[in-house]
Amino acid sequence: MTNPNGRFGIHGGQYIPETLMNAVIELEEAYNHYKNDPEFNRELTALFNEYANRPSGLYFAERMTKDLGGAKIYLKREDLNHTGAHKINNVLGQALLAKKMGKSRLIAETGAGQHGVATATAAALFGMDCVVFMGEKDTKRQALNVYRMRLLGAEVIPVNSGTATLKDAVSEAMREWTNRISDTHYCLGSVMGPHPFPTIVRDFQAVISKETKAQMLEKEGRLPDAVIACVGGGSNAIGSFYHFIGDKSVRLIGCEAAGRGIDTFETAATISTGRPGIFHGMKSYFCQDKHGQIAPVYSISAGLDYPGVGPEHAYLYDTGRAEYVAITDEEAVNAFEYLSKTEGIIPAIESAHAAAYAIKLAPALDKNKIIVITVSGRGDKDCAAIARYRGENIYE
Amino acid sequence: MSNTAKAFQNGKAFIPFITCGDPDLETTAAAVRAMAQNGADLIELGIPFSDPTAEGPVIQAANIRALSGGADTDKIFDLVRDLRTDVTVPLVFMTYANVVFSYGAEKFISTCGETGIDGLILPDIPFEEKEEFSEICRRYDVDLISLIAPTSANRIGMIAKEAEGFIYLVSSLGVTGIRSEITTDLGAIIKVIRENTSIPCAVGFGISTPEQAKQMAEIADGAIVGSAIVRLSEQYGREAPEHIGEYVRKMKEAVCTVH
Repeated sequence: MTNPNGRFGIHGGQYIPETLMNAVIELEEAYNHYKNDPEFNRELTALFNEYANRPSGLYFAERMTKDLGGAKIYLKREDLNHTGAHKINNVLGQALLAKKMGKSRLIAETGAGQHGVATATAAALFGMDCVVFMGEKDTKRQALNVYRMRLLGAEVIPVNSGTATLKDAVSEAMREWTNRISDTHYCLGSVMGPHPFPTIVRDFQAVISKETKAQMLEKEGRLPDAVIACVGGGSNAIGSFYHFIGDKSVRLIGCEAAGRGIDTFETAATISTGRPGIFHGMKSYFCQDKHGQIAPVYSISAGLDYPGVGPEHAYLYDTGRAEYVAITDEEAVNAFEYLSKTEGIIPAIESAHAAAYAIKLAPALDKNKIIVITVSGRGDKDCAAIARYRGENIYE
Repeated sequence: MSNTAKAFQNGKAFIPFITCGDPDLETTAAAVRAMAQNGADLIELGIPFSDPTAEGPVIQAANIRALSGGADTDKIFDLVRDLRTDVTVPLVFMTYANVVFSYGAEKFISTCGETGIDGLILPDIPFEEKEEFSEICRRYDVDLISLIAPTSANRIGMIAKEAEGFIYLVSSLGVTGIRSEITTDLGAIIKVIRENTSIPCAVGFGISTPEQAKQMAEIADGAIVGSAIVRLSEQYGREAPEHIGEYVRKMKEAVCTVH
């Protein structure tokens, strides 16, 4: 899908300061070398299977299927991975790559804290130093994850600039990388940023759809009719879609965070409300004002609270290969509660955005259709925030 | 010779930066005139951006003050039209790619040409991405300024060969901001630049004192100062122009001692 210069249609590219250019070129060269290296792939597969608990299950959600009365619903259980989310797939890949490149320090941004926890975990595993940048607002709404990162040996730096959320954490991580490059790898957490990150992160997350496809063929003897995943930067979604992109019969549906609604200013639905722009190293869709100032975005989900989207999603949208829908806070919280009560699975509030769309879609489809929802992470981290949303004043 | 290159005709150049609209555009207009009257050879006008990823805390804060004060691209073009009624020193914009892209690159750059902006510095446009903007810049006689960094290494020659106007040599790793010392071997970088181009080379990032400006003028064709001036804006607000004028005079004197 990637052109040699890191383009997905008009999107992607390398819009970064000259100071970082040799670092991303070095990364691209290293990645191109190791991605086809049998030893690297053997080590990575061992980490996936022995450490991260892969393959993750493809679970038939029987009660949900019966209750909704339409398409058969499967859940791809990324929530059962070590550290509780899909983020570990990418992080193990990048940390292993960084180690091969001789780097001794990982830096990362995090929104909900899942990518920060995953990076801190990999740093502990590989004996590397780790610094995680997190919007100050997010350190408060995801305080437990801040503690987990520190427990794992990482330094967590709260970011006060801008809106003090994920985009500001990305900006600050980029600033730190320009300051210290020689021993440091920037372990970017989503399919965004300058080339080669969108490609590297996608390739490491593509294990999700590779497994889903094999599992579905084994269980049902055919491909699913739709794959549904939540989209912030878009890493679990691109991972869930990737091996189905060539299978035109499979609908690919990305669920963005509408926040309080796409007709309000309190939204993070980039494709629904944004337009093309250049930010954080890439050309893609961004929420912005008419002068190109990046808009403050909002979602109940810290992991989807980002004003842009990965360039490959922008391209899949432009070409019509994938659909993108917007899910409000209220719909996501309802789905969070629904999945908990119906299947005994508490999903991350991010993943609940995907479940929310499936709840709308499944009843409209015939019973012989099959939907896969990627449960990108588990929801323990969100319980206190959802309780507060429902008016129960509990704190961790 | 392009207008930006003319800035280097009066000995070593002193190049101050200011964020437009910090705290308001009237103050910026007065500050630019004070800079010009006190010997600035070229002035960098920053168009504020919500998320300036190449800036340290001082200029980040100025961007927020300017945006909060209501500065936007159209008002800044109006500021330039006003300045060009009497200010003749070369002016360049320093902003981020999205400000230009979102306005429409053709419309933005043609308006630069029409209002009297001589160059454009986009810190998030490296060599690999420049064609999207440089082709339009050439049509409107606006120099797209190339940056070279301490990490450029094998890229220096390639960048220098295609550079226009002047080269902006980034003195240090990291973001903009005042530094007590600059440890990069700039002489070695400048030697490679000289082997590849005859256009002038000015050093920026981290410079604040007359001594530092003089040191830079000894090895390069000019010194660029941003954060130290923005700090005066922060400190003195609407009273800043006279302090900025005084600062520019001292800095220009320092670089002028080098021949």
